[in-house]
Amino acid sequence: MIIKNKAIVADDWVVLRLSEQESADNVTIPAGKVIVPLQVWLQQRDVLQQRDDIGVWLASAERPEDLKDDVHKFSVIAVDFPKFSDGRGYSIAYNLRARLGYTGELRAIGDVLRDQLFYMQRVGFDAFAPRPDRSIEDALKGLSDFSEVYQASFDQKLPLFRRVQHKVNSTADMT
Amino acid sequence: MYRYDEYDQQIVDERVEQYRDQVRRRLSGELTEEEFLPLRLQNGLYMQIHGYMLRIAVPYGFISSRQMRMFAHIARRYDRGYGHFTTRQNIQFNWLKLEDTPDILTELASVEMHAIQTSGNCVRNITSDEYAGVARDEVVDPRPYAEILRQWSTFHPEFAYLPRKFKIAISGGKEDRAAIYAHDIGLAVTKNAQGEVGFRVLVGGGLGRTPVIGSEICEFVPWQHILTYVESILRIYNQYGRRDNKYKARIKILVKALGIDEFRRQVEADWADIKDGPGTLTVEEVKRVASFFTDPAYETLTDHDPALNEFKADSRSFSNWMLRNVKPHRVPGYAIVVLSLKKPGTVPGDATAEQMEAIADLADRYSFGESRITHQQNLVLADVRQKDLIRLWQEATAYELTAPNIGLLTDIISCPGAEFCTLANARSIPLAKLIAERFESLDFQHDIGEITLNISGCVNACGQHHIGNIGITGVEKKDHDEWYQVSLGGAEGNNSSIGKIIGPSFTFNQVPEVIDRLLQVYLRERMEAERFIDTVRRIGHGPFKEYVYATDLAVEEEEVTGKHVVAPAEYSVPYYSPRF
Repeated sequence: MIIKNKAIVADDWVVLRLSEQESADNVTIPAGKVIVPLQVWLQQRDVLQQRDDIGVWLASAERPEDLKDDVHKFSVIAVDFPKFSDGRGYSIAYNLRARLGYTGELRAIGDVLRDQLFYMQRVGFDAFAPRPDRSIEDALKGLSDFSEVYQASFDQKLPLFRRVQHKVNSTADMT
Repeated sequence: MYRYDEYDQQIVDERVEQYRDQVRRRLSGELTEEEFLPLRLQNGLYMQIHGYMLRIAVPYGFISSRQMRMFAHIARRYDRGYGHFTTRQNIQFNWLKLEDTPDILTELASVEMHAIQTSGNCVRNITSDEYAGVARDEVVDPRPYAEILRQWSTFHPEFAYLPRKFKIAISGGKEDRAAIYAHDIGLAVTKNAQGEVGFRVLVGGGLGRTPVIGSEICEFVPWQHILTYVESILRIYNQYGRRDNKYKARIKILVKALGIDEFRRQVEADWADIKDGPGTLTVEEVKRVASFFTDPAYETLTDHDPALNEFKADSRSFSNWMLRNVKPHRVPGYAIVVLSLKKPGTVPGDATAEQMEAIADLADRYSFGESRITHQQNLVLADVRQKDLIRLWQEATAYELTAPNIGLLTDIISCPGAEFCTLANARSIPLAKLIAERFESLDFQHDIGEITLNISGCVNACGQHHIGNIGITGVEKKDHDEWYQVSLGGAEGNNSSIGKIIGPSFTFNQVPEVIDRLLQVYLRERMEAERFIDTVRRIGHGPFKEYVYATDLAVEEEEVTGKHVVAPAEYSVPYYSPRF
């Protein structure tokens, strides 16, 4: 199960993580819907792009620009959070959406917990695979922690000051 | 000052509920301490040696009397009757219970306050000039921009899990009073030759383990573009700042590794895409926020009240106070008053609930209901009529707030140190007290003149020891657990510099003697009216070093087994100090 578009839904993608013995250029990709590491995609691109059931995931130290010409080929791209506190994935997501124009599913995987979800959805994630030892129902609540935000990001293209008519301080002298 | 509208209030209220639920999940065991840690830190809650410490944001140091009274209330109801004002213009309470903290935040929200991002690897409270709006040398009032940056950085979704903490300071005077050279981003709001407002942007400054003076990344960013420019700096840092070693994770290390030119190139490449986008500031927004920082209802007055001069002649204490603690105001007939939290014998930066209430009352009666917290851990009443100075001084003296020592030797900046903090190697507060008591003589202090003495209990430099003319740092040594390094030649302001260590470290009781020797060299070598720092710069470290180490410093040492001993907090739930 994952959270997608603010609902808990079944998921039939498999995330492929290489074991130490495997290498990106010769690992065999099973049939079915597989999300492969970026390095596997880059190494086996010629073969993999024949398939329509391949997604790709980026580690937090990897660059979204490596997918520059390919983003439109995927219906799912995932970003791995190796640790809760590793915030690179937020900029990766922002760059995938805002710079590279990726429009498919963007999924957060790895150390994904309830209290990150609000920020994640703001920078462009629309799917979340919360850590399996935690309640997914509980994680879903994290998406609605706040009902208003100050700054622009991917979900909200305009900062608050361009969206609302703020009150001007009525007691102030504006001359 | 800035007042919340319904959006600001809603965001803060929702934050309190989010945090309340996080605490509930921690107490029920749903969250492990490791998972709770980044969450509580983003809300300024630390687990110190003896208890939970909560750091509450005072945005750019501005505080209303109502808010100050709330601090007094929190001090009494939830703490031990006092709070500690910090070098980041915030306040810390040291003796809280975890289960009380959501209620404290609810109370704070009722006076438009919070503890958002006062810790953690995110953009921290933005600091500014404590004389903003009233200083005679002000070019542009930095407060509207400080507030705009506060809102922009609050819960910024992309920059909540940076490699390390991130501090921004902004000043708008000809003289920098916000230590902008010692920040991750330092902003000087200024005007160009055409009179247009913009920012000189410095990046990669900072203290801590590796002190660095910030480098100029852009000479002039027009005001409309400041949010997007800062966003690009943060995006480059978030992606490329080191995460493998927390001691090399600050932006200064990245800027050094890339070089300022390459760092600038990367920032400006990122910026090219978002410049002129929706993040661009609008005239309406700047006007709206600036409307909260217009002049209070000043009366038309003149300087030079004859009664003041008369009283000065009568009272030496008052004239000393006028000399050190009262600063010129840009409006005739008004003055800026610095209330000292450094009376020798007290803890630098600490204020009791009674003092906080007294400050609130004084602010109401004499300064339009507002006060300011300085990064030197004092308080400012910025808009006092000169004709009220005598009464104000008399009333403030009753609360021990008028030590005439601003900018003098006993105006010591000090972190809480090893009695409270899990990071500190050595005690800071008792050392500050010992030094203040030794050099309490006002005649001596006035003779020495302007000097800064900053103490940190460890290399993390919360006491900003690198930019003290004399800096003292608690260091670790194997044989003995409390040693202090002494550095010389640090300074903040337009002519910022990082102090250099003078030599091998000293014991607790040796430090006052070391300071005395440094001062003796200054007295011997100074030329007419030369400040301590100027003598150091002119003659170099050599003569100071030589004299300090020339003869034995042996002094009787006290037992240091009590380094962490203050009366422990009592908790109904077990509290496991991270230190023991």
